[in-house]
Order: sequence, then C-alpha cells, then structure tokens
Amino acid sequence: MTFDYIVDPTEPERAGRASTKFKGVLKELGVSPKVIRALSIAMYEGEINMVIHANGGNIHCEVDADKIRVIMKDSGPGIPELDKAMKPGWSTASTQARELGFGAGMGLPNIKKWSDNLVVETEVGVGTTLTMEFNLT
Amino acid sequence: MKASEICSILDAKVFNEIDEDLEIDSGCGCDLMSDVLAFNHNNNVLLTGAVNPQMIRTCEVVDTHVVVLVRDKQPSEEIISLATDADILLLGTHYSMFEACGHLYEAGLRGEEIQNDF
Repeated sequence: MTFDYIVDPTEPERAGRASTKFKGVLKELGVSPKVIRALSIAMYEGEINMVIHANGGNIHCEVDADKIRVIMKDSGPGIPELDKAMKPGWSTASTQARELGFGAGMGLPNIKKWSDNLVVETEVGVGTTLTMEFNLT
Repeated sequence: MKASEICSILDAKVFNEIDEDLEIDSGCGCDLMSDVLAFNHNNNVLLTGAVNPQMIRTCEVVDTHVVVLVRDKQPSEEIISLATDADILLLGTHYSMFEACGHLYEAGLRGEEIQNDF
C-alpha cells in the first residue's frame, strides 16, 4: 500500500498535517503503537524541516508486510554541511521557526534516533531526500 | 495521577470536554517543541507557555493527551478545536510554569529520566 502527501509551505502553522493523517492511517491498519509513535515523530520532524528550510515538498509512504518506508523529497536549498546537521544542537533555522518552538538543531538527529534506517541524499541548490524505514517485525 | 487531580491542584480551567479520568504517568514542562519531540515520554502531561497549533500537533505526534497552558494563556478556537479532534484535554492555569510544575511535583508527579541517546 502506498500513501502520498504534499507539504504546503505557505502556512507554517499547519505543518504536521501529513504526519498526523498518516498516523491515523497506521492506527486503522493496526500497526503497533510503538512503531506508530516512532514513525510519527520522525515524519513530523521531516515535515517541519520541509516547511522551515525547503519550501515544502512531497512525502511518499510505502507500507509492506515487514516494514514501512517514508520518502520525503524536497527541492529546497540542500544541506551544505550534512555532518554538522546530523549533530544535536546545530541549526540554521529562521526566527519564525524558532518562534513556533522549532529550530533547536534536533530534527535530523531525532529522525535518526527514531527510525530503524535513515538515508539522507542532499545536493546544494537541488534539494534533499530523506528515506527512513521502520521495521514491523 | 488522574487528569482530574491535575485540574484540582492547578485550579485549572478546562477548555474542552475530554476524559478527565485519564491516568497520567509523568510530567514535562517545556516551551520548545523540538525538545518535546526529542525527549518527551508518552502518556504524560505537558505544561507549556507555547500556544500555537504546532504545540497541539506535537502533542498528538508524541501521544501526550493532557496539556496545561500556564500563566493564564488563552488558546484560540482553532487550538481548542485541534486539541479536541486529537483527543487532547486542554487545561489552563494562572500559575507560572515554575509554580505549576512545583505544585504537581509536590503532589507526587515526577518527570521521566531524559535519555540523550543520539
């Protein structure tokens, strides 16, 4: 099964709708609460990043028998110093993002923490794709 | 601790009609949603001064079902509606964050150990 969502950057205060919608889908599918919570946190962090850094993007979710894969693709500025961005506390977020309570430099580290596998593909000026996987078994 | 006890201890106003018999395991006082996402434990009460839709969405994601707005902060209708849709009990207290956390701690509620496992 696949599910697709578009992340609209024009209303930053509405960021997170895709993650909460997909969370509802996973509940209906009977996925374990532990996996749902981990996936929701990681996907939400990714969605917030898309809005505050990358002018929105697309999310493609694949639910298989043994794992769930979430692919988050944006056409934003890319991440010039990925090694720094993976470290807790490093942030380039705007004042607006910080006013909403984000931009503490925990996004990518937290996605890594909650996912079973994370691949970050990024190119400056082209965009970033996060592929995160969550094991169901 | 039951949500109804939290209401009583904090002399709280109830903004929506969600189950007040809910049992809460621990407490968290935080305005920074990044930290809530990184360190929060499920089934706790969040005390916060952050009053925006993102705060409710963050609670929905981390499975926090009781929120207390401190310092008499007033939520908009949109925030109340979001909380209700997410099955989150939204409360408000006149106490400051420090005072509110202190009262709950004094009554026996504790925080969970922070895991810096990044």
